[in-house]
Amino acid sequence: MTEKLHSYVEKLKEHNSEWVSEVREAFGEVTAVVPAAAVADICRFLRDEQQFNLLADICGADNGPEEDPRFEVNYHLFSTIHHNRIRLKVLLSEDSPVVPTVTGVWRTADWHERETYDLFGVNFEGHPDLRRILLPSEFDGHALRKDFPLRGYEPYSMN
Amino acid sequence: MRPRLLKPVLQTFMSTSVENFPGIELLDQPLESQMTLSMGPQHPSTHGVLRLDLRLDGELVIKAVPDIGYLHTGMEKLFEYKKYQQGIVITDRMDYLNPLGNNLAYVMAAEKLLGLEIPERAQVIRVLMCELQRIASHMVWFGTSCLDMGAMTPFWFTFKEREKILNIIESASGGRMTPSYFRIGGLMMDLPAGFENRVKQFLENFPDALDTFDKLITGNTIWQSRTMGIGVISAEDAIDWGLTGPCLRGSGVDLDLRRDNPYTGYETYDFEVPTEPDGDVWSRFKVRMRELVESYKIVRQALERLKPGPVKADAPKVVLPDRDDMRKHMDSLIHHFLIVAEGFNVPPGEVYLPIEASKGELGVYMRSNGGPKPDRVHFRGPSFINLSALPVMSQGEMIADVVAIIGSLDIVLGEIDR
Repeated sequence: MTEKLHSYVEKLKEHNSEWVSEVREAFGEVTAVVPAAAVADICRFLRDEQQFNLLADICGADNGPEEDPRFEVNYHLFSTIHHNRIRLKVLLSEDSPVVPTVTGVWRTADWHERETYDLFGVNFEGHPDLRRILLPSEFDGHALRKDFPLRGYEPYSMN
Repeated sequence: MRPRLLKPVLQTFMSTSVENFPGIELLDQPLESQMTLSMGPQHPSTHGVLRLDLRLDGELVIKAVPDIGYLHTGMEKLFEYKKYQQGIVITDRMDYLNPLGNNLAYVMAAEKLLGLEIPERAQVIRVLMCELQRIASHMVWFGTSCLDMGAMTPFWFTFKEREKILNIIESASGGRMTPSYFRIGGLMMDLPAGFENRVKQFLENFPDALDTFDKLITGNTIWQSRTMGIGVISAEDAIDWGLTGPCLRGSGVDLDLRRDNPYTGYETYDFEVPTEPDGDVWSRFKVRMRELVESYKIVRQALERLKPGPVKADAPKVVLPDRDDMRKHMDSLIHHFLIVAEGFNVPPGEVYLPIEASKGELGVYMRSNGGPKPDRVHFRGPSFINLSALPVMSQGEMIADVVAIIGSLDIVLGEIDR
């Protein structure tokens, strides 16, 4: 099963050897660690050439304030044709949590990226409407970062 | 000088603002042909607390901007502070119409990390309960979406059927809306005596109920003219917008994770995946109606497969021991104490586990750092993504059709806002 998944990553590598910096395999899932700057091109290539036509999910993760790279953004790609899944992972340092947007590839990325921006403070460069989605616009901080306390910095009130 | 009525209200009470949304002016100019209407968050047709900013030209919708977050409770943050087994009860509160589906996705993600083998009987019961839950969830969708469009009668019939299912779920788990019946490694406990008869009784009457729904609504010309050709989304657009579940199948894309990425033994059941080609409200309606029949078929097959056997995996360090064992065996008592007091360690790693919930692909991204609490849990809620396509579906429709489209998307705000 995973040979098939590896073959997609191999094709990525063949197309551009700088696109895949590391391949991880665990629990029957294959993860390709990709450079942040190229993620939109990689997604477009996978959609057009490898039939990964559905973006299932984008989710951020925080490794903790003392780690470098601190943030991760995971792209879960799915194909409605061959029904395989692949995960792209982008590693980001705390100083410049910036990724190019993939809204130009899939429009569904709009809300996924807004959610990641809202909760982790990852900036998606080129996103047409990057603003908070779940939390109020005047909210201070990014709630899913590890250094954000569970109950927030101060009692939040709506007035 | 234009009246600034909406602005101060927005700043103080609205959870997210649309002030900087391109092309949207918040000011209401009643004498001009275009106006902005804030629909919700208390509007009954929004199925919870969804707010829509509608830019209208007369009754035509030029642009619809959903505004969510009113029900945000920080569940994904909470998971990181709770042990794996404690997280199950949080999942109940996400999609509260399909709690067993949420339980299943969560426990299966943890089981994948742990590498647990689930006994056959537990798998069959999981399928059985999930399909009953899917029927219950579709009953709420059917009743409320008809109610939104002014057809009040079906609501009472569907909630009667749903009540029967909730009673069945309650008899097994003790909870109606928040069952938490699936646990990591199996089930909370085995089915109670007489459970099979309860399900059989329900199944006996269900085809008649389906007939009633058909007679009430499907052939109704008012219903058909309210739904046909409304809220159309093409197959390419539906995939582009990430739609899944009945909404995607209503656009003619033949995709069902139960068949295409099978889990809990769905590949061994005999069922069809209904699709409709048109991509309008009517298609999504028909897909769900046909799905009810398929779920009914799966429940019947699962009922036949129920054979006595264990319902918990053989993993004493993860699965709580039986009460009886604890009284007799020292090691069971120790395991019980350790699981409750300290939790169990999960090997480090990350998984993404998708299931076909009643509303679409419910994916759980779970990352462990080796401890008893997850490092990150993310839910890919199908309602969240399906709702994001509402602007493209409702463009150029009437306000009353927006209500029909929201109903056809079958959203649950608990899952959208998390």
